[in-house]
Amino acid sequence: MNAVEIQGVSLRYGNMTALHELDLHLEAGEVLGMFGHNGAGKTTTMKLILGLLTPSEGQVRVLGQAPDNPDVRRRMGYLQENVMFYPQLSGRETLQHFARIKGASRQQADGLLDQVGLAHAADRRVKTYSKGMRQRLGLAQALLGDPRLLLLDEPTVGLDPIATQDLYVLIDTLRQQGTSVILCSHVLPGVEAHINRAAILAGGRLEAIGTLGRLRNEAGLPSRIRASGLQHRERLLQTLSLEHSSIRPLGSDGIELTGTSSGKIELLRQLLNQDQPTDIEIFQPSLEDLYRYYTERAGKALVAEEKA
Amino acid sequence: MNQIWNIARKELSDGLRNRWLLAISLLFAVLAVGIAWLGAAASGQLGFTSIPATIASLASLATFLMPLIALLLAYDAIVGEDEGGTLMLLMTYPIGRGQILLGKFVGHGLILALAVLIGFGCAAIAIGVLVEGVELKLLIWAFGRFMLSSTLLGWAFLALAYLLSSLASEKSSAAGLALGVWFLFVLVFDLVLLALLVFSEGKFSPELLPWLLLLNPTDIYRLVNLAGFDGANAMGVLSLAEDLPVPGAVLWLCLLLWAGLALLLAYAAFRRRAA
Repeated sequence: MNAVEIQGVSLRYGNMTALHELDLHLEAGEVLGMFGHNGAGKTTTMKLILGLLTPSEGQVRVLGQAPDNPDVRRRMGYLQENVMFYPQLSGRETLQHFARIKGASRQQADGLLDQVGLAHAADRRVKTYSKGMRQRLGLAQALLGDPRLLLLDEPTVGLDPIATQDLYVLIDTLRQQGTSVILCSHVLPGVEAHINRAAILAGGRLEAIGTLGRLRNEAGLPSRIRASGLQHRERLLQTLSLEHSSIRPLGSDGIELTGTSSGKIELLRQLLNQDQPTDIEIFQPSLEDLYRYYTERAGKALVAEEKA
Repeated sequence: MNQIWNIARKELSDGLRNRWLLAISLLFAVLAVGIAWLGAAASGQLGFTSIPATIASLASLATFLMPLIALLLAYDAIVGEDEGGTLMLLMTYPIGRGQILLGKFVGHGLILALAVLIGFGCAAIAIGVLVEGVELKLLIWAFGRFMLSSTLLGWAFLALAYLLSSLASEKSSAAGLALGVWFLFVLVFDLVLLALLVFSEGKFSPELLPWLLLLNPTDIYRLVNLAGFDGANAMGVLSLAEDLPVPGAVLWLCLLLWAGLALLLAYAAFRRRAA
């Protein structure tokens, strides 16, 4: 059973269309990164999954049921962007309040405070918390009741680099335990290694979805291979087969090959057959490159559409 | 049921923490004791006069105070949580909007009931202990009726506060609406009714006019407390009620109905509010 199943969902407010025929599914134990500019439809999609919005068309199923089903909500955790709490309650009181509503235990609430590194500030009022601390409390709140589905909207905002890294490790652990995660973020570096698939939204449309490998192939953005410490550089410059790729010298004994992602293995094989480089570096199109490519493509399509 | 209590206990503990409960109880106690002993000072009498006179003075004061306190306590219940960002989070939990609203009503309602019980209850005990020859049965009966009706009046205005809190898009406009509701029911309504009575010169159906009193919870409240004493000095529009052919129990029911209907309307408005 898929954790999330969104079929042909459109959402309209009057004349404005917030989402266009969205199809999206999330498998159990999968981490999906959802990226897009402000207003691209990320938070709207999350609100649909949370059952806070009802689609104008199409269907949303979460954990096999309607999203506003209380049983589903008990098994779902959500960290909203800029999460806010009751300022007069302490961190511990906050978490216990939400634990009671979710049917989670006091012990779990206290354990989570420890897990997110807030044990030292547990009895301080939330209004004295920094943004990062509030974010940690928000994460602890989302983890109440061992959710099968976790929705994280900008979870790294306000977190220092170490806390961000801790969050990613936590996401990896949860994934191994079979939890499905949707992660919305503006901060792209560092996310790549922790997601199974990426979805890029633009203007309320799903512009691209897939593993990073697939998106790289589809986008046809160049990969670069740099090799150094070569003994036969001049010969290599002549003989390497260069279909869909280019080659140029680099430094005194290195070369840089530029080609499509799909061709890089073949190039590497040829390189290693003909020489023994002391070092090889591979630069693949990053998530930022892909994000830029797809959002620009969406922008161009929109301009063309408006002209037509 | 459990979820309703989960919300209610937070409101209750908020009320204890920010000293609302303490402040209202103290206010009630001081006012009640003051009125009991000094209420007749204007007519040249010092000291406790009688239970009916005390209750009548207390009731006319509570007519102003209870609605104001209830509105202050609850005007930001929905819109405040929305602005604070916690409402949306709460709505992603396995709890319905009806449960959230009822939970708040139970929590705030208990705060009001406790404040009335502590504040006016202390005054009643003080009268019972300090005044010689006071008729205890009458004291308990009169104060019991007064405290119960005051609580019901508070509940009706709590429910009205949720209604406007669900309708308002900002906390400040909810505060403005709350003030408007207070003015309407506590001050304007009776004046309009009097004006209607005077200027219609009898053309307006005289049978209908008394029924209009039931459209205002504060008027019902005053009727309930006046009806307790034979020949009590009904003033202003309330004298109309002498023509009102309803028994006292119906007035109580009307007060309850007010709270219930306003709560239903609040629920309807809250359901329509965007997440």
